[in-house]
Amino acid sequence: MSMLSTGRPTRPDATVSTDAHATLTGGEGLLQHEPLIFELGGWDKTGVDLPPVPDALGADDLGDLVRAEPIGLPGLSEPETVRHYVRLSQQNHAIDLALYPLGSCTMKHNPRLNEKMARLPGFADLHPLQPVSTVQGALQLIDELAHWLKTLTGLPAVAMTPKAGAHGELCGILAIQAAHRARGDAARTTVLVPTSAHGTNPATAAFVGYQVQEIAQTVDGRVDLADLEAKLGSHVAAIMVTNPNTCGLFERDIREIARLTHAAGAFFYCDGANFNAIVGRVRPGDLGVDAMHINLHKTFSTPHGGGGPGAGPVVLSEALAPYAPTPYVTHGPGGFELVEEDALAFGRMCAFNGQMGMFVRAYAYMLSHGADGLRQVAEDAVLNANYVKARLSAVMTPAFPDGPCMHEALFDDRWLEGTGVTTLDFAKAMIDEGFHPMTMYFPLVVHGAMLIEPTETESKAELDRFCDMVTALAGAAKAGDVARFTGAPYHAPRRRLDETQAARRPRLKWTPSSPEAVAAE
Amino acid sequence: MRYLPLTPDDRSQMLAVIGAPDIDALFVDVPAEARLPGPVDLPHVQGELEVERHLSRLARRNRTAGEGPFFCGAGAYRHHVPATVDHLIQRSEFLTSYTPYQPEIAQGTLQVLFEFQTQVARLTGMEVANASLYDGSTATAEAVMMAARITRRTRAVLSPGLHPHYAATVRTMAEAAGLTVEALPMAVDAEAEVLGALDADTACVVVQTPNLFGTATDVTKIGEAARAAGALMIVVTTEAVSFGLLKSPGAMGADIVAAEGQSIGNGLNFGGPYVGLFAVREKHLRQAPGRLCGETVDAEGRRGFVLTLSTREQHIRRDKATSNICTNSGLCALAFSIHMSLLGETGLRQLAALNHARARTLKAAMAALPGVEVLTPRFFNEIAVRVPGNAADLVETLAGNGILAGVPLSRLAPEAGMDDILLLAATETTLDTDIQILSRAISKVLAP
Ligand SMILES: Cc1ncc(COP(=O)(O)O)c(C=O)c1O
Repeated sequence: MSMLSTGRPTRPDATVSTDAHATLTGGEGLLQHEPLIFELGGWDKTGVDLPPVPDALGADDLGDLVRAEPIGLPGLSEPETVRHYVRLSQQNHAIDLALYPLGSCTMKHNPRLNEKMARLPGFADLHPLQPVSTVQGALQLIDELAHWLKTLTGLPAVAMTPKAGAHGELCGILAIQAAHRARGDAARTTVLVPTSAHGTNPATAAFVGYQVQEIAQTVDGRVDLADLEAKLGSHVAAIMVTNPNTCGLFERDIREIARLTHAAGAFFYCDGANFNAIVGRVRPGDLGVDAMHINLHKTFSTPHGGGGPGAGPVVLSEALAPYAPTPYVTHGPGGFELVEEDALAFGRMCAFNGQMGMFVRAYAYMLSHGADGLRQVAEDAVLNANYVKARLSAVMTPAFPDGPCMHEALFDDRWLEGTGVTTLDFAKAMIDEGFHPMTMYFPLVVHGAMLIEPTETESKAELDRFCDMVTALAGAAKAGDVARFTGAPYHAPRRRLDETQAARRPRLKWTPSSPEAVAAE
Repeated sequence: MRYLPLTPDDRSQMLAVIGAPDIDALFVDVPAEARLPGPVDLPHVQGELEVERHLSRLARRNRTAGEGPFFCGAGAYRHHVPATVDHLIQRSEFLTSYTPYQPEIAQGTLQVLFEFQTQVARLTGMEVANASLYDGSTATAEAVMMAARITRRTRAVLSPGLHPHYAATVRTMAEAAGLTVEALPMAVDAEAEVLGALDADTACVVVQTPNLFGTATDVTKIGEAARAAGALMIVVTTEAVSFGLLKSPGAMGADIVAAEGQSIGNGLNFGGPYVGLFAVREKHLRQAPGRLCGETVDAEGRRGFVLTLSTREQHIRRDKATSNICTNSGLCALAFSIHMSLLGETGLRQLAALNHARARTLKAAMAALPGVEVLTPRFFNEIAVRVPGNAADLVETLAGNGILAGVPLSRLAPEAGMDDILLLAATETTLDTDIQILSRAISKVLAP
């Protein structure tokens, strides 16, 4: 071994094996294993310096309304807080780290300009109930964003307040319910939903009391028109169809779907979660859609934040527009107005004015792209997905090989037959290779589904890196390297987690496990 | 376009691999008559500078809460959020990750959710809390739907002090689902009136403390009476900092707690995004909406966290799910949890005491004004006052003088016949001088 004059080795000793040296702390180099805040012992610590309370006995007017029992909340100093959360953050995958091909989720780049704009005090430090005269810029932003959404979808109205896609679905279905009621039509008790639909569609319809009936799918992954026609009738309030659908395919017969639906006196709710595939190239209003939510946290790139928040504005046709919920923005003689009461409106989706923080981000994203850039978004998203489909069809079995897909490529698990490797195993092995797995086992209509959505913000190099990885892994699976999959992941912050145990004996909060811990608390 | 990495050369190479002559070939399934020939009629691509310029211009057309004396509350509160909170939530790994569906590479988010659930359960005094809902108002609506499922009854009674937006949100969702909602006429201090409206169909009573008028109420007896009648008590709180001073809803016998968590860690943001806190008794857990994070072990026996009990949720149960919620308020819950960790019990109690002290100063100042009557008997950080004449006009006039002088009740409930009532909140951000300026300005406007 070569040494410095001080005796310090200058070259690693290659004879020492790297495995089988579990660390003494449980940490792994840069990856620190971090206890819960409840185990860090800061029961009387605080990371904020507040001025003294002027009147120490200030709360005596509250009598026995005052909380007597301890709350049990640990505190951390500021440096400890920073470490705790930075350490935790490093146990997450993120779009900023690598391709995140979760189908149906549209994990695209989140521009930091949008974060900066949303934090302008002129938007972030506004109270929702300030006098309307003091928030004209905020109302103008909502109005301009609404104009973009209406123009891009070709529909005349938009309800801005829904807080996510599912909330938008609820808004759309409530508008449809109100429109039927206004016609005195109380007999429509059913909503038709394809088997391939996202779970929020049937859940939404059922939540407000509709029977949900499934529409069959054709062998080429589209709504079965004959089945739809057979199931439509005077009992049907609406159909909820995703387009492009959850198989990543454009509903070719969409105008016929709309025609049949309208002929039966029902409304066409379109789940617009996949609008990214067609934004700027197709307007849902031209396809016969009556209502469609737009996940601003998908198509318009507001960050997912580990599960939310999102925003789900709903564009509405002429027939549904009068029933849009309050509040909404209008132009008045003295500027923008906020309409809080409207006799025709079906009601209110939530307190206040919707997800303003998300509106600013989405609008910054739209302004950045412009009409031309957004069209390019759809084209590149579709191109990337078809490229992945073309490359991976060499090693996997595409669920719908004929014709192009839209923004996502769907594979089934036929190609894994006989390998002893499941879709889940394959997904977990992708983690070891540094990628987030694709959406698995959704949509339900395809066996062992693997739904890959690369989005337009991936470079060809990153797509190639991904496809090379999947190709190599597929080779390993077919070559019988089963343990690589069934035991995966090996290189993540955790090995595979026991979900059965979690559900059988739910532990949903920290509780002190030892008498010392109880005493310390 | 700066967010699009593909070059023209990449595009043609990729089309060749696909075997498509051009990009239009990938859109063949779109009906020909619906294909747009070119970009829609909207402005074209813009650089960062131009976008910033446009949005900054819009931002400047608003009077921000921090610009001068500020007293708005009524469901959204201006608190100081430590700089650390906003820094940490912008970590790529928190900001740009999805719902933790792959727990092995989402332990950061999952551990945060587990800590958040524990914090919320302890703050509310309840057995279990979920991983957040959209906001306090939708959480209240979900609570009502949940109570109807548990009791198999069809009627909800809303208290006279429930925030009108919350009442409207509940009504919208519950009535569409076939439930009956009875909202009692608004009153400053009458939460217990829900008991007079109880009947054999009543699934739940919804009470708010501190309520819209700021009144804090011990709802213990309301809960007992409701349960004796076979109904559940849902306790709503719109100001989460109050948990640091007031008896918890759980200690007062709440069956479900629906609260707005915005006050901790989250800015005003003109009304959203906020974070709905939702906590229940363990025996009702399987009827709860939303995601739950639970503890488990990995293949090597190490502790880890996963999303669990998802057989309640839409992606598994579809039309039998307890709710349709999918995306929730994850990042706002993270902000809440970080701020809560910084505060700790010590900091939260002091913050709450400080809020109460500021409101006492505000109350004394208002009570000293001739013609102004303070209506709220017991309060946390918010009071209702009666002013001579129209409160909305007063607020508009004071806004012209640079003072955001609270929320006129008529803004929330135009038909309540309470046009002379003004809701005023004070927090740790309220200065004594702000209160003096407000007092002086009101007396000047009211002076004959
Ligand atoms: C097809 C589809 N529909 C609806 C939703 C629901 O949207 P959200 O999560 O915003 O409520 C999703 C997102 O997960 C989706 O993929």
